[in-house]
Amino acid sequence: MSPNRRDFVKASATAAAVTALGPRILTAQPSRLIVAAPGEAYSEELAVEAINAARDAGAQYADARVGRYRRQTLNTRERQITGVSDAETYGIGVRTLVDGAWGFAATANVTKDGVVRCAREAVRLSRAAKRSQRKPVELAPVAPVKGTWITPIKKDPIDVPIEEKVALLFATNEAALKVPKIRFCTSGLQLLREVKTLATTEGTLITQTFVRSAASFDATASDAGITESFSEELPPRSEGWEYIESLNMPGNAAEWAQVAVEKLTAKSVDPGVWDLIIQPTNLWLTIHESIGHPTELDRAMGYEANFAGTSFINPPEKMIGKLKYGPEFMTVQGDRTQPFSVGLCAWDDEGVPADTWNIVEKGMFKDYQTTREQAAWIAPLTGVNRSHGCSYADSWDKVQFQRMPNISLMPNAQDVTLNDMISSTDRGIMIRNRGSWSIDHQRYNFSFSGQAYYEIKGGKVERMLKDVAYQASTPVFWNSMDLIGGKSSYWLGGSFSDGKGEPSQSNGVSHGCPPARFRKVDVINTARSV
Amino acid sequence: MAPKSLFTQAAQDAAQFLSREAARRLTDRIISFSKADSIRVNITSGWTGNTRFAGGQVTTSGNTNDTSVTIQSTIGRRRASATTNVLDDESLRRTVDLAERLARLSPEDPELMPELGPQQYMPITNLFDSTAGLTPEQRVAAVNSLIGAGEAAWKGVNSPGSLFVAGFLDADAGATVVANNKGLFAYQPSSSVRLSNTARTPEGTGSGWASANARDWKRLDPLYLGRRAAQKAVQSRSPLAVEPGFYTVVLEPAAAAQLVGQVGGALNARAAEEGRNAFAMRGGGTRLGQKVFDERVTFYSDPADPEVLADPFDAEGFPASRAVWIENGVLKQLQYDRFWAQRKGVNATMGGGGRGRGGGGGGGGGSIRMRSGTKTLDQLIAETRRGILVTHFFYTNVLDPRSMLLTGLTRDGTFLIENGRVVRPVKNFRFNQSVMQMLNSIEEIGKSDPAQSASPAPPMRVSDFNFASVTDAV
Repeated sequence: MSPNRRDFVKASATAAAVTALGPRILTAQPSRLIVAAPGEAYSEELAVEAINAARDAGAQYADARVGRYRRQTLNTRERQITGVSDAETYGIGVRTLVDGAWGFAATANVTKDGVVRCAREAVRLSRAAKRSQRKPVELAPVAPVKGTWITPIKKDPIDVPIEEKVALLFATNEAALKVPKIRFCTSGLQLLREVKTLATTEGTLITQTFVRSAASFDATASDAGITESFSEELPPRSEGWEYIESLNMPGNAAEWAQVAVEKLTAKSVDPGVWDLIIQPTNLWLTIHESIGHPTELDRAMGYEANFAGTSFINPPEKMIGKLKYGPEFMTVQGDRTQPFSVGLCAWDDEGVPADTWNIVEKGMFKDYQTTREQAAWIAPLTGVNRSHGCSYADSWDKVQFQRMPNISLMPNAQDVTLNDMISSTDRGIMIRNRGSWSIDHQRYNFSFSGQAYYEIKGGKVERMLKDVAYQASTPVFWNSMDLIGGKSSYWLGGSFSDGKGEPSQSNGVSHGCPPARFRKVDVINTARSV
Repeated sequence: MAPKSLFTQAAQDAAQFLSREAARRLTDRIISFSKADSIRVNITSGWTGNTRFAGGQVTTSGNTNDTSVTIQSTIGRRRASATTNVLDDESLRRTVDLAERLARLSPEDPELMPELGPQQYMPITNLFDSTAGLTPEQRVAAVNSLIGAGEAAWKGVNSPGSLFVAGFLDADAGATVVANNKGLFAYQPSSSVRLSNTARTPEGTGSGWASANARDWKRLDPLYLGRRAAQKAVQSRSPLAVEPGFYTVVLEPAAAAQLVGQVGGALNARAAEEGRNAFAMRGGGTRLGQKVFDERVTFYSDPADPEVLADPFDAEGFPASRAVWIENGVLKQLQYDRFWAQRKGVNATMGGGGRGRGGGGGGGGGSIRMRSGTKTLDQLIAETRRGILVTHFFYTNVLDPRSMLLTGLTRDGTFLIENGRVVRPVKNFRFNQSVMQMLNSIEEIGKSDPAQSASPAPPMRVSDFNFASVTDAV
């Protein structure tokens, strides 16, 4: 038993009443975080045990991930709690390569016997997979690394007393319910802490602690038989409780709720062709669906054909440097390095250092998202031999595979504001926040709605509209973009729950963007009579 | 120091999930740690094994074992829950303590219902050894035969290149357990298995899909599924665009299920009474007792129906039962959870504590099925003068819950039917369609396909289906 492990056990015993199910992260000083490194030595010891067992059983490569996940959610409705839960899950997943065929096994039995059996099971799956193999897996090189990393936060959200959390949500709801015509409202918090240890047979041994926070708010207004709702966009962040506090939900709730009330008397949109000014609170999701997903290399190569779909950006040799995604001022960056982004990390789930690269440069498609297995598939086309570090598994019991990093539309070099965009638009609709969405399996044809819509006439916001959805084809849409906002209008949206893969896994991701204007987009009226 | 294992090694080797006796011992132990007024323990324990393939070979595969315990503690009218999969006494005590602490800190819940006492459940056989014992080697052999069948179908076409086959085989076996300190103990072992595949032609213009799921592995036919997806891919090559607009459509069972699946969600009595769903009446009240759909439409629940992957109880331990929700187009009853039922003075038709593993949904929320007709899919096509045949949909999402207006896209085999025959493939469409309107525009309800087990909807032909735009996506 290492000193670290012993310290943890001691700390847990005394701190049991402080919900210390997992490793405790202690707030020491502003902007610094001290992790007590509890359990790390034990996790590392077992991870190494697992990869050694895999090697002994015949694996040429193996990695083992020990994960300890803590997820806390609180949901409220008006003056009551609709759910408080706190979940912990702990286990190990072992991935093996035998003659270039993958195997994976996972167990919650995190003991020496348990991990050894698990490693042997993974090798058995590799050998079974070999019977169907046509092309052996080759991994892009990565330098072995040893180290630890933690999300830079000021206050661990899990450790904030539950009373404080409930009080915040109730104060939020109370403020919303004071707004005339507001009948219902909901608010919630999602708080995560994940500790992951990765060991590989190539010598990597790392432990990372991730802390993420998100909130939600929704108000429903009703009058004269008409009901309208409004959801504020409160994106998840790699931040602590300080982020939740910064949202000032109780202070802003009345203003958010008022939007639902305004919707009651909004004019139903005239369907047809409109110019759109899309705020970042809506555009982030359009970026996610129509740029993020089609530039996943495994999708482009057909690996997701049976589930999430393929991609119109295929085959790579006809697309890289040749596909005009949008106008020349359009640059889209992939990264896992943006401060506060959900994708932020030091290394991915293969121990590859976090990267920043351009996916679209000057309007042209330049590169995909890759893992170690995929990098070689397109290296002759891109000249990039490294993985872009997009390997991720949502839990210890799932195998890591290519997942979306942060994908962001870079702002205008000139400082164009949202007001500048409105005043230069003669006839259009401005769209705020995310509503319903749908996109085809190759990411061409999409439909997005929002939460609030405003008609722009002669450079001014004329009135509120409702029942709007915009439907377009990805290349046509992005090439119709003629203006984007500057740096001061850049905003980071995102989600905790992007689904992909079989079995389905959920990935957290951020998307930054400025507001942008699109010319002549089809708008439908979603309230057509039936 | 390593956490103590809950089981002996031999027991773990023999069974990959908790036995009834082991579950009883575990829940008794957890309940003994409780100082709350009431405690409920939900356990899911089991094994999953999957094999994923693409490009004709296995890409990833995995086996997983896990047992997860959720403890819900109630103190007065305060309630909260905590979950862990670390099962030594120390961790379980800590989790019980955490749930109680969270409960004490939570405000009173005016809608809290007391835990249920002992219940009677319908006996259901959901566990099959053929599935529980499915090995990685058997899975790869099944995948190889599916791929072989697909590729053989392509070879018969005499075109260059090879068919791209991707898919997923996923099996699980385990137990769902609910126990509380009021004497309720519910235990249900079950297994399920799913096999699906998508075949794409090498020039990229054709795509086909086939899928099936069942409790019993023996009911799945990898050769049939591989062949069917390949045939669809071949037939759907080089589609032409036809004008979007209102069409008669023939929906295969998978496509029909994706749309009529919305009906189950709209049966929530509270949402209807609060004006929030499709069975709400404009201006107040619900549409109970009214004709809401074509008179041939009936929706029912039967937990014992082997075609429906239902559990006999929900997360509260509330028993599932047989029920008819919509009969001959008339809305006969809505789903009342225990709180709302008490408030309204009616019998509860579901628990209200969420759905158990497998989506038991109490009164049948998770196991609603639309009644079959008598004609086969081929007959539905043969009786169509002009229409569109849809294999399945993708990315369906609600645009307006009050009319069940959905949007989404067709995928993996969309065809034009003329004079009773499939004449050519067409490009995929985006649809914007109200399910309320669709179930009032039925021309014919067909017979469920026995090869497509566990489908909640039969094939059907409906008129005036709204295709809003065309997509180039194949």
